[in-house]
Amino acid sequence: MVSILKRSLAVIMLLIIGYWLAQGLSGIPFGQDKMLVGKYYLDNVIRQTGAINAVTAVVVNYRGFDTLGEVTVLFIASTGVGALLWAKRRERTAKTEGSIVLKTGIRLLTPFVILFGAYIFIHGHLTPGGGFPGGATIATAFLLLYMAYTMYEIPRRAFENTEGVAGMSYVIVALIGLAIGGYFLFDWIWQTWHFGVNNVGRILSGGFIPVIYTIIGIKVGTELSGIIDNMLREEVRE
Amino acid sequence: MNCLVCIEYILIGVMILSAIFAVEWRDLLAAAVGMAAVSLFASILYLMLQAPDVAMTEAAIGAALSGAVFIFAIKRTQRFESEEEERPGWWIRW
Amino acid sequence: MISAYYFGAISLVLIGLYAVLVKKNVLKMLIGLSIMETGVNLLLVSIGYIYGRSAPILSEGIGPNQAVDPIPQALVLTAIVIGVATTAMALSVAIILYQKYGTLNVEEIRRLRG
Repeated sequence: MVSILKRSLAVIMLLIIGYWLAQGLSGIPFGQDKMLVGKYYLDNVIRQTGAINAVTAVVVNYRGFDTLGEVTVLFIASTGVGALLWAKRRERTAKTEGSIVLKTGIRLLTPFVILFGAYIFIHGHLTPGGGFPGGATIATAFLLLYMAYTMYEIPRRAFENTEGVAGMSYVIVALIGLAIGGYFLFDWIWQTWHFGVNNVGRILSGGFIPVIYTIIGIKVGTELSGIIDNMLREEVRE
Repeated sequence: MNCLVCIEYILIGVMILSAIFAVEWRDLLAAAVGMAAVSLFASILYLMLQAPDVAMTEAAIGAALSGAVFIFAIKRTQRFESEEEERPGWWIRW
Repeated sequence: MISAYYFGAISLVLIGLYAVLVKKNVLKMLIGLSIMETGVNLLLVSIGYIYGRSAPILSEGIGPNQAVDPIPQALVLTAIVIGVATTAMALSVAIILYQKYGTLNVEEIRRLRG
């Protein structure tokens, strides 16, 4: 009785909210040209940044400060998972080993999955992808290793150090831009050195976009692997 | 009506159906898989909306890592959603 | 009459909101939150779409006048990655709740707390 009343009240409220949302969205025509800032980005992206993928240019170059904030949020969330699940002594408690097909397949596939992740984030300024999906692909490789072997654990110390160095180098690249060009995250490789101006569309172009996306890829990969590691190890009491 | 529009309607319908299943199933493991299915269909829709970057990210994260993280949490807690019992005084605890 | 993509996105948001309002299990609420997040991302990307245009990768044959809006895609790209990290953090809070109270039902937890 109570539950039916509560459910019907919730459904009525949701229908009202949905009607309001639909009313508001009917003023925004689907599929029409409504670009204002995007038009400027698309017109100037090759001349100003050297990348042919406009999404990557917006993420790393035009709104790079925003991306630095997002990476910070990711770092805080990953640290929070580690702090909340902290215990004095933790071990993996999985008992069933993966089957022979899973173990052999993953031993053969893991290097190629990591290589593919590296390919995605190095070619971020040319093809779809970039640091965020590349890092997630690398984390998926470690997830596969965790699923196949009961005793496997990532080298935790090395991962934490790598993560810290990657975060530091993002800020250092941005500070070099401040020293050379006068503002934070100035694209010094493209706009001061003119590196790869005749090479647009190939891999050695795009200013500091491949550099920063490599850093972001390494950082995202290690952080997501650390989250998986923290969620899987449980507290052991003697 | 050409055929691409039919495919869009079918994908959106299956996506909404799997979202309803993910919310209504009492087995939380099945619900996590339903949530991953919502992400997978959304990733195909991103590809049809000409957003390949977002489609790759959603396929790698929404369909693989997010579901895996939910399954680890279910392994450390309990698998089935308990039956809700009814008690008086619900208007206080609303 | 709104487009099919808007309809799908609004439906996902409403289904997730229903789970957050009605369900009592903490993990079910978090599943609802994830579905809401997918709906919002789908809404943002579909607002940026333009009929007959291609992805914003300016290769040969695709000039600046034949590409869709890149800004919503750039926003959603980072939002997805942040979403999974914050979801993992919420799940670890749920794990701690289960270790402390032995249940995931929010009403039980509220009663046990006093």
